[in-house]
Amino acid sequence: MAYSDKVLDHYENPRNVGSFTKDDPSVGTGMVGAPACGDVMRLQIKVNELGVIEDARFKTYGCGSAIASSSLLTEWVKGKTLDQARQIKNTDIATELALPPVKIHCSVLAEDAIKAAIDDFKSKQHADAQKSA
Amino acid sequence: MRLPIYLDYSATTPVDVRVAEKMAKCLTMEGAFGNPASRSHAFGWAAEEAIDEARGHVAALINADPKEIVWTSGATESNNLAIKGVAHFYQKKGKHIVTCKTEHKAVLDTCRQLEREGFEVTYLDPEHNGLVDLNKLEAALRPDTVLVSLMHVNNEIGVIQDIGAIGAMTRARGILLHVDAAQSAGKVPIDLDAMAVDLMSFSAHKIYGPKGMGALYVRRKPRVRIEPQMHGGGHERGMRSGTLATHQIVGMGEAFRIAGLEMAAENERILGLRNRLWAGLQGMEEIHLNGDMHARVAGNLNVSFNYVEGESLIMALKDIAVSSGSACTSASLEPSYVLRAIGRSDELAHSSIRFTLGRYTTTEDVDYTIKLVRDKVAKLRELSPLWDMYKEGVDISKIQWAAHH
Amino acid sequence: MVYLDHNASTPLDARVLEAMQPFLVANHANASALYRQGRAARAAIELAREQIAALVGAHPTQVIFTSGGTEANNLALKGAVLGMGLNSIVVSGIEHSSILQAANALRRQGRRVLEMPVDGAGRVDIAGARTRLAAGQWVTLMWVNNETGVIQDVSTMAAAVREAGAFLHCDAVQAAGKLKLDFEASGAHVITLSAHKIYGPKGVGAMVLDRALDIEPLIHGGGHEHGLRAGTENVAGIVGFGCAAMLAAAEMVAQVAHVRALRDMFEAQLAAALPEITLFGQHALRVSNTSFIGVPGMHGETLLTALDAEGYAVGSGSACESKTGQPSHVLLAMGVAPSLADGALRVSLGHHNTAGEVAGLVTVLANVVARFRNMAAMRLA
Repeated sequence: MAYSDKVLDHYENPRNVGSFTKDDPSVGTGMVGAPACGDVMRLQIKVNELGVIEDARFKTYGCGSAIASSSLLTEWVKGKTLDQARQIKNTDIATELALPPVKIHCSVLAEDAIKAAIDDFKSKQHADAQKSA
Repeated sequence: MRLPIYLDYSATTPVDVRVAEKMAKCLTMEGAFGNPASRSHAFGWAAEEAIDEARGHVAALINADPKEIVWTSGATESNNLAIKGVAHFYQKKGKHIVTCKTEHKAVLDTCRQLEREGFEVTYLDPEHNGLVDLNKLEAALRPDTVLVSLMHVNNEIGVIQDIGAIGAMTRARGILLHVDAAQSAGKVPIDLDAMAVDLMSFSAHKIYGPKGMGALYVRRKPRVRIEPQMHGGGHERGMRSGTLATHQIVGMGEAFRIAGLEMAAENERILGLRNRLWAGLQGMEEIHLNGDMHARVAGNLNVSFNYVEGESLIMALKDIAVSSGSACTSASLEPSYVLRAIGRSDELAHSSIRFTLGRYTTTEDVDYTIKLVRDKVAKLRELSPLWDMYKEGVDISKIQWAAHH
Repeated sequence: MVYLDHNASTPLDARVLEAMQPFLVANHANASALYRQGRAARAAIELAREQIAALVGAHPTQVIFTSGGTEANNLALKGAVLGMGLNSIVVSGIEHSSILQAANALRRQGRRVLEMPVDGAGRVDIAGARTRLAAGQWVTLMWVNNETGVIQDVSTMAAAVREAGAFLHCDAVQAAGKLKLDFEASGAHVITLSAHKIYGPKGVGAMVLDRALDIEPLIHGGGHEHGLRAGTENVAGIVGFGCAAMLAAAEMVAQVAHVRALRDMFEAQLAAALPEITLFGQHALRVSNTSFIGVPGMHGETLLTALDAEGYAVGSGSACESKTGQPSHVLLAMGVAPSLADGALRVSLGHHNTAGEVAGLVTVLANVVARFRNMAAMRLA
């Protein structure tokens, strides 16, 4: 199958590759997928006190479409509130990257990743709130 | 050096220019373009003569009688014809077939079809090196076993089965042996006078001949009978009907003739290049060779680069043409069933690259490949969360992963 | 040497060879490979699929490539009968051996095979066939007969078959490139094609089918061609087939006019030179390139060999039967006396033939016949 130019661009020049310290309370980490299935995505978001995602990082084990989906996602979530980021749909990613049908699951994984990162961030806040309470 | 570098000779080979020249002569008005079944004119006779000569070349490479060669449209058809042909012809004798989990899809899917028709099939597990344990094979044979079908050389990992010993075992029990030799002809010596093989499948396009062309060897002494799968004008002594594609056959014949002349020297050269490639990759962290290193054809190197996903690596290696797993399944998302069958984890199976070298591979090609693979694997590992975890000492196999698809 | 046996096989068009060349040597990739050469091979195959679909009025997804007409016929007939569990097959007696033998194989497996009657002009008697039709039958009718060139009334047959709730397969191997085909409009459920009858390469053919049919593949492994035909694609052959189809579509009107003029000239000159000959199928609608003639009192094989010695390559009927030396099963089905069928010659013209070649054949044929008759007369005397 042929990759779209946008997939190739993200694959060759992935944006926001890297990691934040996991234990940082302002960081939410989402890790989804499984090595046995051929893709694992780790997405991290750094959230400020206004609930806005200031920065994002990813690392992905998977095909070119999986890498491109997560790279694109890190660009999209920056500057968004958590609620706005939660609204990102896999179909938006699939459309933007012109993913072929056999690669749609990569965009699904990316949607799962941002949701998992938000949930992780929120559960940390919750835990902190409990601790301080 | 020409980019991209072709290192996928097990998927298919280019047609040798000497082969292409011979083929072109059979295509045009000036050449032997006639229907070889036309008995009434010189166009038909010329085509028939060209076909007889080609039959001789194919037979010569494998030390068989030309009358034992049946032309087909490729190894897939040959495998179908051999297995279904024997199963249907001998079904009164027994309905049990033995094969191996690492066979080509053409064999496995054909066996599945026969199971739907009421046959019973035993799928042997190979050893971790990809070879079939003869004791396990022997244990699988039954009084109602009519056929054993095993491949000579595996298309993904290049391991060579001991066909001589397997043939001795099946012959002693009166069981027919079919061997898929699509990947071995021209790479491993084949002597059908010495090997107790009853049917053998060949492909032209794996040996520098044209696509869409193959042959099936059907032993005459002792005589092996098959039920034809394609009916019609009774071509190929009734075993396979259909107008013979003269240019295709002539191309296959020439490819086999050239292989006979050049195989020994070519193998030595390719083995040198393959060893150079392996030496250049060794020393990288977490790489695993798939399949036995010794009982292996010269041109094959199948390596898993742990923590890097195979398809993304192929994409990164766009200057070289390689495959992950077999070309027939590479459009799907499943990891290679061959690597799974030899006991590789899904992760390692997903991380595999098959390099297959051939007639036109050069030292420069190999050196360029080594450098490129080292760079790109490093780059992708930088991107890989699994590599991070490995470096942090996390045991990935202990993690509870959410099942995704 | 003058080639007049185009229904057996056609020479490859030089433009087709040119289209094929790049896929033999320069781009040889396996069309299933993911890298760019593999994708280029895949794209070339899909273009060929479109070109063939365009020639026969089908959608590209309806085109399944095979190793030739024989395989396509076997796949259509056996694949449908096995895939849909059909028990009754209806064929005409003038079908190609790939249909008759495949039907025989199914008969041996316990399926019923019925035969449709054929009239003296080589036409399948559709009114007679109608009484044999029943729901769930598989009917195979060749669109154009390879020996007589007679065109069957496919649309009437299709209407009758559909009315009965049966399925129609048309072997269009000899029709493609000679008639304007419209698969969708024809009413047939499946048609089958061969490349080397339309100036394409040998070893490649196609089945064009209504995808709602449940066809069981004959060749398993790898799932190529929508799972209907496994095996690494013959890329060069398929590209050649596509190119030949494209040329046939573009040039059919002119080529048909050219060969028809030659054929009419040949038949007129022959009637003048040898008035005693029979022209088989002359009262039916025929394609423009075929003359199937019977020379009374002559042995066909003898005539062919003599013509070959004089530099003319003609056929005796189906090339596939020429080894057995049997009289044409098509003529026998038409009710032709075996003695006359034995003296049958098939002249099938092609794009490259000329008026001079055709006139030459008439002269040589008349001379050869006269010579044999003199010899026979001398022997008698």
